[in-house]
Amino acid sequence: MATPTPTQTSQRVRELVEATVRFAGDSGDGMQLAGTQFTNTSALAGNDVATFPDFPAEIRAPRGTKAGVSGFQIHFAARDIFTPGDKVDCLVAMNPAALVTNLSDLVPGGLLIVNRESFDRNNLQKAGLESNPLEDGSLEGYQVFPVDMTTLTRRAVEGTGLSTRDADRCKNFFALGLVYWLYNRPLEPTLHFIESKFSSKPAVAEANRRALMAGYNYGETTEAFASQFRVAKAKLPPGRYRNMMGNQALAWGLMTAAHLSGCKLFYATYPITPASDILHELSRHKNFDVVTIQAEDEIAAVTMALGASYAGCMGVTGSSGPGIALKAEAIGLAVMTELPMIIIDVQRGGPSTGLPTKTEQADLLQVLFGRNGECPLPVVAARSPADCFDVAIEAWRVATRFMVPVILLSDGYIANGSEPWRIPELEQLPPIPVHHPDKPNNGQVFYPYKRDELLARPWALPGTPGLMHRIGGLEKEDVTGNVSYDPHNHQKMVNLRAQKVANVAKLIPPVEVEGPEKGKVLVLSWGGTYGACATAVKRLQEQGQEVAHCHLRWLNPFPANLSEVLARYQRVVVPELNMGQLLLLVRGRYLVDAQGINKVQGKPFTVGELVEGIERYL
Amino acid sequence: MSTSNMPLPVLKPNDYASDQEVRWCPGCGDYSILAQMKKTLATLQLPREKVVFVSGIGCSSRFPYYVNTYGIHSIHGRAPAIATAIKVARPDLQVWVITGDGDALSIGGNHFIHAIRRNVDINIILFNNQIYGLTKGQYSPTSPLGKVTKSSPFGSVDNPANAISLAIGCEATFVARSIDVYTSHLQYVLRRAAEHRGTSFVEVYQNCNVFNDGAYSYATDRQTKADHVLELEHGKPLIFGKNRDKGIRLNGMEPEVVELGKGITADDLMFHDEKAEEPTLAYLLSRMRYPEFPEPIGVFRDVERPIYDDRINQQLVQAREKRGPGDLNALFNSGDVWEVNE
Ligand code: SF4
Repeated sequence: MATPTPTQTSQRVRELVEATVRFAGDSGDGMQLAGTQFTNTSALAGNDVATFPDFPAEIRAPRGTKAGVSGFQIHFAARDIFTPGDKVDCLVAMNPAALVTNLSDLVPGGLLIVNRESFDRNNLQKAGLESNPLEDGSLEGYQVFPVDMTTLTRRAVEGTGLSTRDADRCKNFFALGLVYWLYNRPLEPTLHFIESKFSSKPAVAEANRRALMAGYNYGETTEAFASQFRVAKAKLPPGRYRNMMGNQALAWGLMTAAHLSGCKLFYATYPITPASDILHELSRHKNFDVVTIQAEDEIAAVTMALGASYAGCMGVTGSSGPGIALKAEAIGLAVMTELPMIIIDVQRGGPSTGLPTKTEQADLLQVLFGRNGECPLPVVAARSPADCFDVAIEAWRVATRFMVPVILLSDGYIANGSEPWRIPELEQLPPIPVHHPDKPNNGQVFYPYKRDELLARPWALPGTPGLMHRIGGLEKEDVTGNVSYDPHNHQKMVNLRAQKVANVAKLIPPVEVEGPEKGKVLVLSWGGTYGACATAVKRLQEQGQEVAHCHLRWLNPFPANLSEVLARYQRVVVPELNMGQLLLLVRGRYLVDAQGINKVQGKPFTVGELVEGIERYL
Repeated sequence: MSTSNMPLPVLKPNDYASDQEVRWCPGCGDYSILAQMKKTLATLQLPREKVVFVSGIGCSSRFPYYVNTYGIHSIHGRAPAIATAIKVARPDLQVWVITGDGDALSIGGNHFIHAIRRNVDINIILFNNQIYGLTKGQYSPTSPLGKVTKSSPFGSVDNPANAISLAIGCEATFVARSIDVYTSHLQYVLRRAAEHRGTSFVEVYQNCNVFNDGAYSYATDRQTKADHVLELEHGKPLIFGKNRDKGIRLNGMEPEVVELGKGITADDLMFHDEKAEEPTLAYLLSRMRYPEFPEPIGVFRDVERPIYDDRINQQLVQAREKRGPGDLNALFNSGDVWEVNE
């Protein structure tokens, strides 16, 4: 039974253009769930949203410790936004460790809601605190709201038959209810969620419902809060929307490309953070004729993808940096055999195992150059969670058109972040033409390496009578595809493979610039830093600065007009979550004295950092 | 396999030969295996376009270039994974993996294990020459302990791997062994492998006459082979020897060589059962090694089990039956969706 949202009474309501809320607690506290619910509700209420979940690498670090803190940040606004927000306006801290690890991101004077009862000696000690910040005056600069969440939640769920332990697990819904009240959000979406999610456990459903209501009513009745806030609807382009996470968008993009091309999607992978959700999502959709294989290792995954492509499917494999390193030799085989394939790299902090749950952009040079021999291939990068959908389709289009493996870069920030996605009209998406020959291409003979005008070779499938041929990793003779050790042939084939990849630039659109056509500074970005860079440049432009923004979708080949665009500005600035990888390429390729803004802290750029970094060149 | 009513032309062994020059060393055992394979394909009258050979790296792995079917000469050790995907994607194809002792048991050990335990419907033919030939003579995972090679001048200190034991340990549903020069036996084993549904594993003793000549002379010398090789036959007692006067008897769980006569008859011997549910006896046979025992050749095990590629494709069918064919529009519009108007 859905309970209607209580009508709001005497409280004062303040209008905001945007707000940022972060839920932080122990990894067992259900903060990701609370965050996701708040996101969906805000999106349904018509805000633009951008989210940033942040979880520990350990599945269950010791309770109450700083290592175990899990957070979820939501930026929601009445205008269009591109980032989850630099600073937090409202922080919910379920325990002292969550407070300590998150407080520095709270704006001065920001709202701080804490579960007072968790601030006992034991938890304070685990958080490394000598005194209780709720009592020692250290939180003076904030609006602190200590709430006895444990007791209030227990009381609310009394009579549902839940054990105390289970009752305590409803605390996240209490906190969520309270924040809903604070930001004047409707309860219905979460009530519906509870109903369907716990339909088989009515007692749990009832307890969560009560906890949510209790939190909401607490805000309503206690008068502890001076005011409520309201964030009006954003003016998004008209259409139907849903909230979308990056990995989900990738999965759906692949499924859509399969539909558009008539090729079966064959996803072979090995579980790895933060790419596994692509596998989870795809394996749910077998009725779409999607094959998913959890292979024995990363190398099996990529070679299975190659085998599937050879047999006429689109072989796709997904991983993160460490797995991509293992796949390198097989990717080289795909380059040599000129088979279409998609390799997804959801980047994370490196090197080695690095920071599995944190984001970074430090695999660019690996995917471009991390193979033996002259081994170029197209590389495309998604810029936001929803963009993953389009990028997957583009990668598929290029892979099949050029008979080439394509690397698709995402990152942990995009993969787990979310934003509204405008649902496309399926019928309006252009088809991806794919051709498999059924007769010889040279009289009675079939030449597997005879190329078309863009240098793609034919995709002849095993099972086709008369086209039997052999491919492999040894150098191929031009046209016939027979093994050849001829020195001039090798030079020719290396050139052909490179030219084929260069030809991709004939199909991809030229880069566009946001801001002045020429002038002082051009900010050049790629991948998941798009939102922060776009916002920072906009802010500087509003201050009257002569700065423009150019974002690269294709990292190989570069768009045909890039050289000319770079030349129009006195200074090119390249912000990256690595130590200067695109920077190296741009400087080397175009001989421009570009400068980097670089950070490798496992976290995305804040807009403030970028504004400051770019200002140095203005 | 053809829907046409026209009688198909009969394919002869040479119709399966490609136009490429075969480049193994003269006298290499690989030539015979290639010849027996072409005969087997002709016996089965498999349309050339329906056959795919996938190989890794090594001398044996050049095999696909020499047959006029589809083929991939891939990278070291990975052929079983590639073959798995081809079979899943195209169950109508007959997929062979051609591999060697280094390729399958060393660098590709993991894929070998997992292809077999999944029971993909592919045929893995392992050319075991107990040496690295292509890299010019280092010891391999099947080289005997103490083997002196370029990379082990003081003798190899590695315990050798037993390919058949390993395959059985991975729940192989078809396991067989033959020898390059046993031409008709090899054809028989290859045909059986082709006919088996599920992963067929065949170990072929192969002579590398350049780097490891005579590694199997005990099994191939006219004088001695009958005493050192035991040909397995389903339902028959384990008898061997030039005069067929020796046999294998089980003493508890230990096999022992016994002489027939003097009160011991064939009925006292171990009987071969390739269809046995439990692989225990097949494993026991795989442990019989020269010189203590004659080495068994033939089909160790041939049982039916569910097949990986069938299961994957059945799941797709079942999902469609249960939930209807995938509808992207419905998926996009499922769950929490909202409308933004002008
Ligand atoms: S090196 Fe040995 S295995 Fe390789 S082709 Fe020569 S003889 Fe055959």
